[in-house]
Amino acid sequence: MTPANPIAPAAEATPPKPRRWVGPWALLGPSGLWLLLLLVLPVLVIFELSLVPGIRPGDLVNPSGIDNYLLVFQPVYLQVIGRTLSYAIGTTIICLLLGFPVAYWLALMSPKRWQNLLLVAFTLPLWTSSLLRSYAWITILRPTGVLNSLLGAIGLPGLDILNQTPAVLLGMAYSFLPYMVLILYSSLEKLDRRLLEAAADLGATPIEAFWKVTVPQSLQGIAAGSLLVAITSLGDFVNPELLGGASSMTASRLIYNQFLGATQNWGFGSALSMLMILAVSLGIALLIRYGDGRPAA
Amino acid sequence: MSQTAVRASQAIETDTQLDVELRKVFKVYNGETAVRGVDLHIGRGEFFSILGPSGCGKTTTLRLVAGFEQPSAGEVLVRGQSMLNVPPYQRPVNTVFQSYALFGHMSIWDNVAFGLRIKRCGKAETEERVNEALALVKMEKFARRYPNQLSGGQQQRVALARALVNRPAVLLLDEPLGALDLKLRKEMQMELSTLHRELGLTFVMVTHDQEEALSLSDRISVMNEGRVEQIGSPSEIYESPRTPFVADFIGDTNLFRGRVSEFDRTGSAIVTDNGLKLVATPSGDWAGSVGEAAAVSVRPEKVQVSLYPPDLSVNCFEGRLQNVMYLGTHVHYVVELRSGDRLTVMQVNVGGELPALNTPIYAYWSTADALAMSAA
Repeated sequence: MTPANPIAPAAEATPPKPRRWVGPWALLGPSGLWLLLLLVLPVLVIFELSLVPGIRPGDLVNPSGIDNYLLVFQPVYLQVIGRTLSYAIGTTIICLLLGFPVAYWLALMSPKRWQNLLLVAFTLPLWTSSLLRSYAWITILRPTGVLNSLLGAIGLPGLDILNQTPAVLLGMAYSFLPYMVLILYSSLEKLDRRLLEAAADLGATPIEAFWKVTVPQSLQGIAAGSLLVAITSLGDFVNPELLGGASSMTASRLIYNQFLGATQNWGFGSALSMLMILAVSLGIALLIRYGDGRPAA
Repeated sequence: MSQTAVRASQAIETDTQLDVELRKVFKVYNGETAVRGVDLHIGRGEFFSILGPSGCGKTTTLRLVAGFEQPSAGEVLVRGQSMLNVPPYQRPVNTVFQSYALFGHMSIWDNVAFGLRIKRCGKAETEERVNEALALVKMEKFARRYPNQLSGGQQQRVALARALVNRPAVLLLDEPLGALDLKLRKEMQMELSTLHRELGLTFVMVTHDQEEALSLSDRISVMNEGRVEQIGSPSEIYESPRTPFVADFIGDTNLFRGRVSEFDRTGSAIVTDNGLKLVATPSGDWAGSVGEAAAVSVRPEKVQVSLYPPDLSVNCFEGRLQNVMYLGTHVHYVVELRSGDRLTVMQVNVGGELPALNTPIYAYWSTADALAMSAA
């Protein structure tokens, strides 16, 4: 790096101002170039493609309107978008309901010296490929799978949920639960237990203290965890594709079909992609605004 | 001082009306005994302090009254009712926490209203009582603010209001002024004292600050290593310490340890320690016996120093001046006696030249100023 002296000697005639900028640029350059070539440019290309109706591989790019975006409003596609959103919301609710007790126990009740080990154990699934995890669920959930063998062994009727909505929600909740637990844990761990004592001192039963102190105090964590899980669920492809079957078409699967599947409509796929990018960006903006520990108002 | 003494004796007289009672209370944590057989009888309307160094069990004792801890043995009573298995949220006491523990997600008004809302107080009554409590601590103007917008002293007032609004039988204060700077602490001490007088409520305060305990309390319980060393009015604690620990912890003192060798005609105990023969007055109603381990406490301000031998037969020792510190109003001397004992002396500065280091010097005091107590 070029040494840049921020305090220029008085004798120097030309101000060293331009040279001061070399440092930051040198540091940001490589990653900036990376982002420009592999994120910004492709997004711009996708945006251009999204303005061409019915484009297929090999066609000339000739931007001519927003027809692709209007196509989204057809009932069949609105249904797909609705399903995508409901999967994201459903996964978030499941993760919150399952994750909060776990995070609460980890942060406030588990033995201190086991805490780190337990946290690692909970994030262990994240260390394997999401594809492998989904295949594991297939072996568990298929009609002759592990689940039905177990149910049969204890005399219960088998379940046929593979290729249905419950399997998708199960797979997505399983995949994203660790994120929820980690974020809720870091929020609950900061909870000042003396506040719970103060609540008890003022007459609140443990349950009242939970709703009036613990939950409001960890609201930031709940918001951050929920947004993160919702954003990730929105763009999930593997779980709906492998566990969902034909009936659970989601936005990401639809996009895949426009580019690599049978349909081959790059223009419509690009328009859908732009909408997804917009939705996820909005979620991330919300996450930055409300999920970073600053008061919301 | 005389006023507090009068109030202290009143509190002892109204012994039938006890607000807080601890009977032979023990608390063991993971094999360590934090509280060892504490007996306390706190009268209605008393300002009672539990004073001691950190780790002496004073905060644990307060938490046993609040209900955050359950005694391992013994009994805690509030207004004559056993608190065995009574959870904190059902006890008629409220606590002002050292850290204030205000709810950051609630406005000041909501913080103070918390207890009343839990108890399902009517809307009108809640409003009236919250406003009254905020007015009591002069925080009405801050009702709509949030805790993180207030200074430490202001948060302290809110914590007080939040506890007082519930009209508890007993107000527990855990090092309430510990986090404030000196000037604010003095101010809040005055306000605590005024509040106590106006409300006539029983205050039980934990503190490690002896000055705070002495200036505010009707009675003080001095604790050390989980035990109560002495209970008494501030003047009793300061002027008639029962144990060497109390003598040493409350104010500065010079402690000599030894054994009772004999009693003279005036009843003064004579104790010797590495060759020193001290004539002392029994502290309080201590009646030692010959051969008993004893300690003698002499306050630095009661010791006189002189370059010439004074005309005294007892409690006069020769030594060397080891250190002199000029403090303006006072002069602080350290004298090493021939016996090897080191003596701290605090004298009012009367002007004149200070003696040089290593000057042979005589230190002496009156028998009345030397207090003898059991060192068992």
